[in-house]
Amino acid sequence: MMEWLPMLLKGVWITLEITVLASLLAVLMAFVAALAKLSHWRGLRWLANIYIEVFRGTSLLVQLFWFYYVLPLPPFNLDMTSFTVAVLGLGLHIGAYGAEVVRGALQSVPRGQIEAAIALNISLLRRFLRIVLPQALVNAIPPATNLLIELLKGTALVSLITMADLTFRASQLVQLTFQSREIFGITLLLYFVLAQCINFGMRMLARRFTRGIVREQH
Amino acid sequence: MEQLVDLDFAWSILPDLLRAAVNTIVITLVAFSIALVLGLVLALMRRSPLRILSWPAATVIEFIRSTPLLIQLYFLFYVMPEFGLTLSAWSAGIAGIALHYACYSAEVYRAGLEGIPRGQWEACKALSMPRLHAYRCVILPQALRPIIPALGNYFVAMFKDTPVLSAITVVELMLQAKNIGSRSFRYLEPITMAGIFFLIISIVVALLVRKLELRLQLPSTHTRTTA
Repeated sequence: MMEWLPMLLKGVWITLEITVLASLLAVLMAFVAALAKLSHWRGLRWLANIYIEVFRGTSLLVQLFWFYYVLPLPPFNLDMTSFTVAVLGLGLHIGAYGAEVVRGALQSVPRGQIEAAIALNISLLRRFLRIVLPQALVNAIPPATNLLIELLKGTALVSLITMADLTFRASQLVQLTFQSREIFGITLLLYFVLAQCINFGMRMLARRFTRGIVREQH
Repeated sequence: MEQLVDLDFAWSILPDLLRAAVNTIVITLVAFSIALVLGLVLALMRRSPLRILSWPAATVIEFIRSTPLLIQLYFLFYVMPEFGLTLSAWSAGIAGIALHYACYSAEVYRAGLEGIPRGQWEACKALSMPRLHAYRCVILPQALRPIIPALGNYFVAMFKDTPVLSAITVVELMLQAKNIGSRSFRYLEPITMAGIFFLIISIVVALLVRKLELRLQLPSTHTRTTA
């Protein structure tokens, strides 16, 4: 076990890198698409709808393969490393799901809050950043946690486009050492631990966000 | 100047892709039926007052939900033979994806069961109904109705996860598209067509689920939610 564990942990590092970068892209895409979908301009709403439907409606693996196999060939001639494809594919995929989460969270902020901000002559940007967003984020955390775990699990698929992540290393080491039970068992455990870390981190974040917000008494 | 999309080529690979698409649909239907039943069993186990039932169920659900389907499939396909359980790629694939989604649907069932007012349980107890009978005749009929949309969403999600089975050599739509691509050096048409196929099915199923949701809505619950 000692000879292959360091190799496996190197894979964990790649998995973490992809997870972090892809989740940053996903958050960005989620906000852009959600705001576009809530905009008054019909063209923007359409674009956002197409993005959300296409990336939610087709399978993640199909998207990764599309980026990896189709884009380098004519007529696109867009050659990307498998790392770029992994981050881009996962980020865009989870971002489309995130857009619906963000939209729901933004719409859950009571209208009275916005009206009060308008009445106090708070500028649009300030209104969004200081009034709407802090309240919306609290509501967005539980579904966002689930999506982040989906993203982490999705990173396993990048092994199929030759990215040397945890899954890729695991199946490679199994072919070398034939210790499939130990290696796949530990790999499952490592993913489980990573998922629990996400759970814990998001719970901390939720605590930070709810600070100062008065819950309604029932 | 090469054409952007070669329609003749696309037309010529359509039969091959459709045959693989049938595989994808069969896998989803079989696996989802298993997941629906197994999920309910897991949910009932998890709610059981017996620790010996609820603990393992909770652990299995939590563990499977937070680890990737791909490794679970590898485990079933490559490790289970060591324990004397040799599965073909097809059965390992169906078993893996069914188990994965059974754990998701168990949580959906649980949400539905928890939504039942306590009074219903108390009434069953007052009538001295056996627990199983209470579940079957009183609790489940009320718990299942509101969770049908959520289950429908997981049906679509499972459908979109079937390409993962290609990793253990199950020839479903995605693998077929990739094979055609590597044979002809044209990836654009097969992979795009696979994507369109998934898109069409998920949009159609989503519409069906919404329709079913409206059909199943009881008049009384409808007025209660709008009031």
